[in-house]
Amino acid sequence: MSDIPGDLKFQKSHEWVRLEDAGQARVGISDHAQGLLGDLVYVELPKVGDKIEAGSGCAVVESVKAASDVYAPVSGKIVAVNEALADKPETINEDAFGDGWLFVVKLDNPDEMDALLVPDDYAELIENDEH
Amino acid sequence: MTRQTILNATHRAAGAKMVDFGGWDMPLNYGSQIEEHHAVRRDAGMFDVSHMTVVDLRGARCREFLRHLLANDIDKLKKPGKALYGCMLNERGGVIDDLITYFLAEDWFRVVVNAATRDKDLAWIEKQASAFGVKVTERPELAMIAVQGPHARAKVLALLDAGDRERVEKLGKFVAAEAHGPDGMPLFVARTGYTGEDGFEIIVPEAHAVALWNALAAAGVHPAGLGARDTLRLEAGMNLYGQDMTEDVTPWEAGLAWTVSLESDGQFPGRDFIGRAALEKQKQDGVPRELIGVVLDDKGVLRHGQRVVTGKGDGEILSGIFSPTLGKAIGFARVPAGVHDGLKVDIRGRELPLRMVKYPFVRDGKACEGV
Repeated sequence: MSDIPGDLKFQKSHEWVRLEDAGQARVGISDHAQGLLGDLVYVELPKVGDKIEAGSGCAVVESVKAASDVYAPVSGKIVAVNEALADKPETINEDAFGDGWLFVVKLDNPDEMDALLVPDDYAELIENDEH
Repeated sequence: MTRQTILNATHRAAGAKMVDFGGWDMPLNYGSQIEEHHAVRRDAGMFDVSHMTVVDLRGARCREFLRHLLANDIDKLKKPGKALYGCMLNERGGVIDDLITYFLAEDWFRVVVNAATRDKDLAWIEKQASAFGVKVTERPELAMIAVQGPHARAKVLALLDAGDRERVEKLGKFVAAEAHGPDGMPLFVARTGYTGEDGFEIIVPEAHAVALWNALAAAGVHPAGLGARDTLRLEAGMNLYGQDMTEDVTPWEAGLAWTVSLESDGQFPGRDFIGRAALEKQKQDGVPRELIGVVLDDKGVLRHGQRVVTGKGDGEILSGIFSPTLGKAIGFARVPAGVHDGLKVDIRGRELPLRMVKYPFVRDGKACEGV
C-alpha cells in the first residue's frame, strides 16, 4: 500500500483529508473507493460557504454502478470546491489523491483530525475488506 | 451456491470485477465499463452470456405449442434458422419472461431465456408443453458468447472454417446457422444481440468455449462485462426483464406491444395464446400506464426506482443509466398513460425536469434525432 500518500488521514468510509495551511483541509475519496465504485459519471458537491459536520453526508459521487454518499471527515466551512469535476468526474478515477479532490474546508476544530486513521491503519482496513 | 460459467477462470485471470447476477458469478467489468462500452460501439466487444438458459423443444407439435406459449406469432418463422423475439405471458397478461425462439426444424425449436428466471421459466414451459407432447431439454453444456460491434462480424467470420464463411456472412438479421470455428469446433451462430450493434451471438459447447474466447481476444475483440451490456442495451432501447417488465406488467405497459401479435397472417387467426384474453380486455378498458423513453438534460444520473412526478400521479424510473455515448442520463419510465409533458424526476429530494423522447436513444454509434 505504498501508493497511499503519507500526509493523509482517512475515515473508515473511505474519505481522505490532507491538512493544509491556515487551518484548512482538503478532502477527497480514496483510490480504493474509486476502484470499488467504478467509472465516475457525476459528482454533487457542497457550495462554498456551506457548513459541514463530521460524520454527515456532504457530497454524492455517482459511478456507472451507483450513487454513493460522501461523509464529512471533519467539521467546518467549505472554502473551495473542485469545479473541474463537473465536466470531468473521471478525474477521481485517474487521480483520487491528487486532482480528484472534492473540496477544501476551513476546520472548526483541528483536533478532529486526531480521530482519523493514519495511512497504515487505513491500508490494513482495506486489506481486510478485500478478504 | 453461486454458479459459474466455463469462462469464470478466464474472466478472473483478466482481472474482471465479478458480481452476483441472478445467482451467477459474472464479470461486471474488466477495468473500465465506459471503455468497454465504447469498444462495442466503435470496434468489437464480447460478452460471456453462458449464464443464459438454452432450452431445446422437440416434438411433432412444437409449432402448435409455441402458438400457445408465445404472445408473438411463431408462424412468422417460415425458414429454418429464423429467430423471433417475444414474451411468454401468464393468464393475467403479465410477462413471465422475454425470450428468443429459433426455428431449427418443424420438430425442433430452441429458446433462450434469462438466467435469473430460469427455474420458473422451465417449470412454466414444461407445464404447458406436456399437453402438446413436446419434450423440453435444457442444454447446460452449451456456453454462449455474444460478439458485438461494427467490426464484430468480420472478426468472427475470419475465425470460421473457410467453407462456412460465405454462408454465415450472408445470414440476415435474426437468422442463425451452424458453422465450424477454430479447430473445427461446432458453433451455432446467430445474427442477434443486445447492444444495438451488428454482430453474432454464438452458442458453443462448453469444452470449446475458452478456446473460442481466446481466439476472439487474439483477433482483437475486447472483453466486456455486464455493466457495459446494460448501458449498451438501454441506449439501444431494449428492455431488461425484472426492471422494465415483470409478471405484474403487460406488454402494453412495457413498450412491448410490437412483440404481441393478435392478428395472425398465418393459417390460425385468433391464435389462442396464454394471456390473450387479459391483453384484449386491458386494451378495451384502456391501458393505465405506459413505458416511455426519457432524457435528463440536467447533470445527474437516472436510476431504477426513482420517482417520476407527473400531472396525473407518480410514475417511476425503470431502467436508468448515464449514457456513455450521449454523455447524459437516459432511462425508461413507467408513467400514467398519456402524460408526456411536464415530467420531473425526484433525485434525492430535488425535482429535475425530464424530457420524453422516442427511443432507441443511440443508433449506429450516434445519438438519434431528438435525443
